Amino acid sequence: MLALKRSIGVRVVADDEADKDAPSPGSRLRPLVTLSPHAGTGETRALPMIEIFGIPTQALFGQLLLGLINGSFYALLSLGLAIIFGMLDIINFTHGAQYMMGAFTAYLLLQHLGLGYWGALVVAPILVGATGILIERLLLRHLRQLDPLYGLLLTFGLALIIEGVFRNHYGSAGEPYQVPEALQGGRNLGFMFLPNYRAWVIVFSIAVCFTTWFVIERTRLGSYLRAATENPTLVRAFGINVPRMITLTYGFGVGLAALAGVMAAPIYNVSPQMGSDLIIVVFAVVVIGGMGSIMGSIVTGFLLGIVEGLTKVFYPEASDTVIFVIMVIVLLVRPAGLFGRSA
Amino acid sequence: MELVAGPQALRKRRENTWSIGAAFAVMVALLAIAPFAVYPVFLMQALCFALFACAFNLLIGYVGLLSFGHALFFGWASYLSAHVEKIGTLSIPFWFGKVMWIEIFLPPQTPELALCIGTLTAAILGYIAGTLAIRRQGIYFAMITLALAQMMYFFALQGKFTGGEDGIQAVPRGRLFGMFSLANEMTMYVFVLTVVLAGFLFIYRVINSPFGEVLKAIRENEQRAISLGYKTERYKLVAFVLSATLSGLAGSLNALVFQLASLTDVHWTMSGEVVLMTLLGGLGTVFGPVVGAFLIIAMQNYLASFGQWVLVIQGVTFVICVLMFRRGIVGELANVLRVRL
Amino acid sequence: MSLANKLACAVAALGLIATATQAQNVPIKIGVLTDMSSLYADDTGPGSVAAAKLAVQDFNPAAHGLNVEIVSADHQNKPDVGTNIARQWYDVDHVDAIVDVPNSAVALAVSDVTREKNKAFLVSGAAISDLTGSKCSPNTVHWAYDTWMLANGTGKSVVKTGGDTWFFLTADYAFGHALERDTTAVVSANGGKVLGSVNVPLNNQDFSSFLLQAQSSKAKIIGLANAGGDTINSIKQGAEFGITKGGQHFAGLLIFIADVQALGLQAAQGLILTEPFYWDMNEGTRAWTKRWQVERPGKFPTTVQAGVYAATLHYLKAVAALKSAADGKAVVAKMKDTPTDDPLFGKGVVRADGRTIHPAYLFEVKTPAESKYPGDDYILKATIPADEAFRPMKDDNCPMVNG
Repeated sequence: MLALKRSIGVRVVADDEADKDAPSPGSRLRPLVTLSPHAGTGETRALPMIEIFGIPTQALFGQLLLGLINGSFYALLSLGLAIIFGMLDIINFTHGAQYMMGAFTAYLLLQHLGLGYWGALVVAPILVGATGILIERLLLRHLRQLDPLYGLLLTFGLALIIEGVFRNHYGSAGEPYQVPEALQGGRNLGFMFLPNYRAWVIVFSIAVCFTTWFVIERTRLGSYLRAATENPTLVRAFGINVPRMITLTYGFGVGLAALAGVMAAPIYNVSPQMGSDLIIVVFAVVVIGGMGSIMGSIVTGFLLGIVEGLTKVFYPEASDTVIFVIMVIVLLVRPAGLFGRSA
Repeated sequence: MELVAGPQALRKRRENTWSIGAAFAVMVALLAIAPFAVYPVFLMQALCFALFACAFNLLIGYVGLLSFGHALFFGWASYLSAHVEKIGTLSIPFWFGKVMWIEIFLPPQTPELALCIGTLTAAILGYIAGTLAIRRQGIYFAMITLALAQMMYFFALQGKFTGGEDGIQAVPRGRLFGMFSLANEMTMYVFVLTVVLAGFLFIYRVINSPFGEVLKAIRENEQRAISLGYKTERYKLVAFVLSATLSGLAGSLNALVFQLASLTDVHWTMSGEVVLMTLLGGLGTVFGPVVGAFLIIAMQNYLASFGQWVLVIQGVTFVICVLMFRRGIVGELANVLRVRL
Repeated sequence: MSLANKLACAVAALGLIATATQAQNVPIKIGVLTDMSSLYADDTGPGSVAAAKLAVQDFNPAAHGLNVEIVSADHQNKPDVGTNIARQWYDVDHVDAIVDVPNSAVALAVSDVTREKNKAFLVSGAAISDLTGSKCSPNTVHWAYDTWMLANGTGKSVVKTGGDTWFFLTADYAFGHALERDTTAVVSANGGKVLGSVNVPLNNQDFSSFLLQAQSSKAKIIGLANAGGDTINSIKQGAEFGITKGGQHFAGLLIFIADVQALGLQAAQGLILTEPFYWDMNEGTRAWTKRWQVERPGKFPTTVQAGVYAATLHYLKAVAALKSAADGKAVVAKMKDTPTDDPLFGKGVVRADGRTIHPAYLFEVKTPAESKYPGDDYILKATIPADEAFRPMKDDNCPMVNG
């Protein structure tokens, strides 16, 4: 072949010129804590410059906080997914779209009914949960006897439909949603600036997650749910309406997603794609945590959010991929997931 | 996965291969005269996706594994082939005390070399992804492949070599074997058609070989296959790598056709599209993926001016196929005519 | 023949003449390839289509023996979608010229396709200065603004008024990198220092982690090397995190009036920006804006949309002089030969490298108190004369010019 007669060769080159963009994590290790005087502009800086591991505390704690917030969303969403998977054996790909619907419902409630954030926090999950119940009744029920992969494909199709409809109507640029009055502003904590709303997100999602876990693991209703997952026929024999419980469980899982959406609306603009990229990260979180465990999904969600936040400080380029990398490692070492029971 | 008819159909299959031959002849004839009536670039795009869907079908239709991350192989092969075609030199980093680079000098504008490198990349990625994903089955397998593909999407987004949002642009078509200038649309079409048909025939050969029979046995009942002494993990891995390699071939072709490799090729929506094409056409059929690919590409082009309705229609197609139409178009046709397609 | 018959013959003859003349009108198709649904939709989008239509109206194609049609499409900020549409337009739909194309990555790709097919590319939406620099093409004309102009306008003025340490929030694609590169050059040349930068994905909704990095850099100026929805979000979220309270300032390197309207004067007041067009500049621009607002009520035209008007007008003039649009290179050469003149940018010229030259203006956004009527958003701070506003041709690295 004439073409191949042109130069083909191999050469090995040492990377003497350090890549300026990629920081080498090792070089960051400097004395543990240093205090430097107020630097720079001469204007009073409200925040003193404490450094831990060579990173100013403002950056470190700020990113950790953001990581916790991301973690709250991961926890809420993976909790919903874990519940639905536990009961219905279906991976709910529509979860991301339902999260987005929650945010849009909050936006629309404000636009058309003047119903603010606090009302939306209650109403939006109920509305979206109702659509979830419809989906389960009309569509998912028929797939119960089939391979669970069909459920995945169906919910994937539904996610496309929902995202397409919203994108058609609203474009993909995003609609603004204001932080509610009571939670505006922030607190200067000395080592960082903490916006009130973001603190609320963390507190509220921990509360919701804990309440859900408590209901499922420690109450009678929860025990019926868990029993029905193990052996629906037997539970039915006890006179408990299992199909209705399944429908309501799906609705509840969807409602959780919508609740996360309402909470996300003031932080991330309300846009039709907000769910689709998030949901894949949540899948990875669920795989890491182990599919069957409720507590596992909550803990893993928060944990991974924090890990992501730390990565943003020390190695920002890897922050998008760190969760997936962890997933690969977990799969190699412990295929059932951190908290999962072996499949 | 209980997708295709059970054991009693097995007997009928041996006798009814005439329908496949006939359908193949019809397909080739149509594709031969099509470029004179239809825009060749559209046909070439459809052909690339037909090969992609056939490769995907190998995995889901015959082994029963639903991979939601095939865009990984399609897209990265596309990037590598675009890079080799445009620039030629491959710089591969590795660690040996400090970061070192192997620079492999290759001649740019050599389409056959670009295709080879792209396909090889997909094969390597397929092997790595396969060893990680095959450990689990069913839904877990799907989610792991999805997550792996998304991880590689972010690498593509940030990598200098991939151009991120800009992609690798202005990829020259080059001269095939130094003789045929691929800038000519008709020449390019013949080239793409030949490669795709070759891939198609290769997949057909794989399906109808002893290896293929073992794959089908694994799909029907893996435990029984293991008890018969087959190392099922190995067979599944080989099938996965084959599927990945041919997807990579489709991706490499795609980069040359459009002279562009972009993030769209590695995004998870691309994985979803190939699932849709195969599902619509017919899982486990020979011609289903081709029909599905042509239909979906035609729909996308026709509806391009209608904005996001494409997404909605794709979603609706998914839902309808899963609920009512599980055999797909070609599958239903084959069922009605009682032949094998 | 009876009277009725004579009349019928006359009418038929007239009809024949009319259709014959019609048949002799050269058909021209212009495609507006823009962002209809994503973060640049308000700055370009349907407003650009409206501007193109106004240009056709004002040109009066019938009087020149032309028959002009406008088509439009949404490239969704994806290079593959953009090139697909461009190819199909050129190959199948017989489009002669493509206008607008916001998103520099798409613009670069379309520029290549246009050169390949020998059509004309009148880019007004994209900013990357490479379009008349290292990636210049004999088929491409770059209107209205570019990253060099923005860097030298806004960047220089900010550094000169004391903002000497910078941290960039850069949209992670061709435009953002080019804007960061050009502004870094200006900052360094004027005694300033760039402390760092971070790449942000395009159309990102949450800037909090990037803003935190900017905060921790302690730079006086946070340079926003992004545009449209990204800029709006950066500024809004910056307020939430107390960026300005901590003593840092935002420098919006590319801001359009649509962005100021979306932010509101309360949030946007004091921002410095460079634009070559402002709707309220003079009688000519005001009159045109009124006509444009018929299609886009309640909105105000941006530089990009004005650029689409001016580009289309000038293109049609060149096509009319040549009586054909078939040879894109020839039409663009004619455009370079003819000086530009329109009510929006005044008199100017198209340079050999494809760059349109006209004056640029430094504006400051008014406070809410200073604004007397809707759209009254800018104070003129300085006029940058045409020969200083754009990069000199010798610095271009354009292969066409420097060889």
